[in-house]
Amino acid sequence: MTDFAGTGTLVRLALRRDRVLIPLWIVVFVVMAAGSAQASIDLYPDVQSRVEAARTANASPALVSLYGRIFDESSLGAVSLFKLTAFGALLVALLAAILVVRHTRAEEENGRLELLSAGVLGRYAAVTAAFIVSAGTVVLLGLLTALSLMGVGLDTRGSLAFGLTWASAGLAFAGVGAVTAQLSEGARTANGFTAIILGVSYVLRAIGDAKSDTGWVSWLSPIGWAQQIRPYAGDRFVVALLPLVLLVVTVLGALALIRRRDLGAGLVRPRPGPATASAALRSPLALAWRLHRGSLYGWGFAFLLLGFLVGNIASNVDGFVTSESAKELVQKLGGVDAITDAFLSTEMGVLGLLASAFGIQAALRLRSEETALRAEPLLATGVTRSRWLGSHVLMALFGTGVLVLLGGLGSGISSGASLGNMGRQLPRMLAAAAVQLPAIWLVTALVVILFGLAPKLVTAGWVLFGTFLLIGQFGAVFDLPQSVMNLSPYGHTPRLPGGDFSASPVIWLTVIAAALTLASFTTFRRRDIG
Amino acid sequence: MTSAIVVSGLHKSYGSTHALDGLDLEVATGEVHGFLGPNGAGKSTTIRVLLGLLRGDAGDVSLLGGDPWHDAAKLHRRLAYVPGDVNLWPNLTGGEVIDLLGRLRGGVDQKKRADLLQRFDLDPTKKGRTYSKGNRQKVALVAALASDVELLILDEPTSGLDPLMEEVFRQCIEEERQRDRTVLLSSHILSEVEALCDRVSIIRRGKVVETGTLSDLRHLTRTSIHAELAASPNGLASLPGVHGLDVEGNRVRCEVDTAQLDAVMRQLSASGIKSLVAQPPTLEELFLRHYEDDAEPLAAVR
Repeated sequence: MTDFAGTGTLVRLALRRDRVLIPLWIVVFVVMAAGSAQASIDLYPDVQSRVEAARTANASPALVSLYGRIFDESSLGAVSLFKLTAFGALLVALLAAILVVRHTRAEEENGRLELLSAGVLGRYAAVTAAFIVSAGTVVLLGLLTALSLMGVGLDTRGSLAFGLTWASAGLAFAGVGAVTAQLSEGARTANGFTAIILGVSYVLRAIGDAKSDTGWVSWLSPIGWAQQIRPYAGDRFVVALLPLVLLVVTVLGALALIRRRDLGAGLVRPRPGPATASAALRSPLALAWRLHRGSLYGWGFAFLLLGFLVGNIASNVDGFVTSESAKELVQKLGGVDAITDAFLSTEMGVLGLLASAFGIQAALRLRSEETALRAEPLLATGVTRSRWLGSHVLMALFGTGVLVLLGGLGSGISSGASLGNMGRQLPRMLAAAAVQLPAIWLVTALVVILFGLAPKLVTAGWVLFGTFLLIGQFGAVFDLPQSVMNLSPYGHTPRLPGGDFSASPVIWLTVIAAALTLASFTTFRRRDIG
Repeated sequence: MTSAIVVSGLHKSYGSTHALDGLDLEVATGEVHGFLGPNGAGKSTTIRVLLGLLRGDAGDVSLLGGDPWHDAAKLHRRLAYVPGDVNLWPNLTGGEVIDLLGRLRGGVDQKKRADLLQRFDLDPTKKGRTYSKGNRQKVALVAALASDVELLILDEPTSGLDPLMEEVFRQCIEEERQRDRTVLLSSHILSEVEALCDRVSIIRRGKVVETGTLSDLRHLTRTSIHAELAASPNGLASLPGVHGLDVEGNRVRCEVDTAQLDAVMRQLSASGIKSLVAQPPTLEELFLRHYEDDAEPLAAVR
């Protein structure tokens, strides 16, 4: 048992460090669930309106692949929480995994764990403590969510099932985080692995939900399991055993991996590299490319793949339209072509959001380079501040451009090939991808101007992004005034393909993004480094 | 003699903390200048202002004849800097970092680079995240010393080096002095400064409290004397400049103000000297004298 010595102390340390963060996260999730449920209850007062809304959702490939199916069209809970079941489970899972990595690999990487390990600390203590904190957080989060849902008037059993849906996804990914934290020496890479696994899980369930003949694919995904608990539509608590099995397997796996490695090391031993720099590595831009390229390759591959998937699902919209009533509905919505375009434009919007995450993360690199004291030696050479700032800003803007165009390329080729009109579909999808860029660049530019003006607040970039995301996803449900909805840059992006294109919002978004970026150069030249 | 660095009346505060409180510093071209002070005295802040990374609140700063805030990049081509905390990019090798930093300064002397790698016993093929603190510091030192520059600014460059490597570092700085390069060496290791520096400035709470050559500074302090005499001493206690007198039979111990040394020696030899040990003041004593009334702990002083 000495392997676990000190676990309790580390749990208290983690809770002390995260005493604001964890409660804040829990509150955000609980409020999101209860608020969304309350708004939907007001929106669909009777069974008739619910069934109609649910049928529309289930007939839309865009909504089904994004959020999943509504398993009981007459159930109040299932209809009102349909957007939050799988999507919320995804966010809770991300939170759980990040919490584990934050208290294991991140601590190990910066050397703090070494300081503690010299005391009475078992080798499993850090991962166990991190897991306890993470698991405790998601269980509490699930429980409070369930209570809040009962509070707004949904039935008890279903509310518990919904809480379990979120908590089980969180538990499974707390285990996944414990494993990925062992693999690499860097916390960034560990979170990258988690994001890939999470992304694949979400895509698998999207494939499973989208086509009835591939329904089994959902069962390959932990997020799919969470959905299959079917809160308010059968409440199949027993399905939660699957994520619990994954949890046990991953935690045991993590402990086994720890036994096999040294403190600070990953499983993959770092290889020696070149003794001299290549001739190209002679400018800040060359260094920035070197620092960003790994993550850009990974994201780029994912975007190409997502594009292919989206295009592939789009070509199968017919498959959704089986019943007579659905056919009627499709006619009402403008026919198969219109629905296909609506699906594609929704998915391009999602790719735009994902690409923004890359842009924000790339721009935040500026701050992490500064605080890690890696900017200082560069700025003490012949490199001007503007050149250094410009190198990372360029990587962020260029990188997001590459990503959306890869997404457009993938979806254009696959939808063009399966619909048999490549010549038309490919340019349409590339255009749909390109119009996402001004909003993405604007959000990236917000981070850059924060970096120039108030560097301690740069992470507020994520908060702004989250706010825009919530406005976009739930603004209509909450019936927010148009002036608030207009705050999100994503709301101004033309909905292509299929929608009307007007140049003025695109131009305005670009102009504001450019102005913010340029202003950041002036502000950054005027402030202290460090 | 021209000056590579002239700072006068420099102030810098962070919120309510006054990091620099009217600092004056002058470093002549071609000299090795020691910048001494305990942790938190303001050494690194001064250096960051000199590099144009921070802007002083008040006062004048001139570096190589220019203004480091406005002409930072232009001036930086003529100097090399080794920070106190060296952090490397995790996935770049030491060799790559040396080349990159050198190129951004305007060029690396390949022969010197190879020579320094060997002398510092540094493996340039390892990735940044696998180096120890000392080895990270070596990477920055090799990058700085292999560049052809006029001025070296070194911020506690040996704090992670073992004694063997400290010796290599001393040789390297000695060679730089012979090439007439200017060096600003910030340190809290007194023996290092004593061995290397032509002139020294002592900083305390954001102000330079003493500056000059080591022999100038020694004049301001006391020589310690242990003597065994033929007869018991007399009249010593009444002499000016004698401190801590301790007489035990014919043995005498005392501290003497260096300016009064002559008179004390006459008095001693009047009693007949059998043996005598006179120790010049060490920099450490000099240093302690300036800090002994300071509330800050002296744990940092080796």
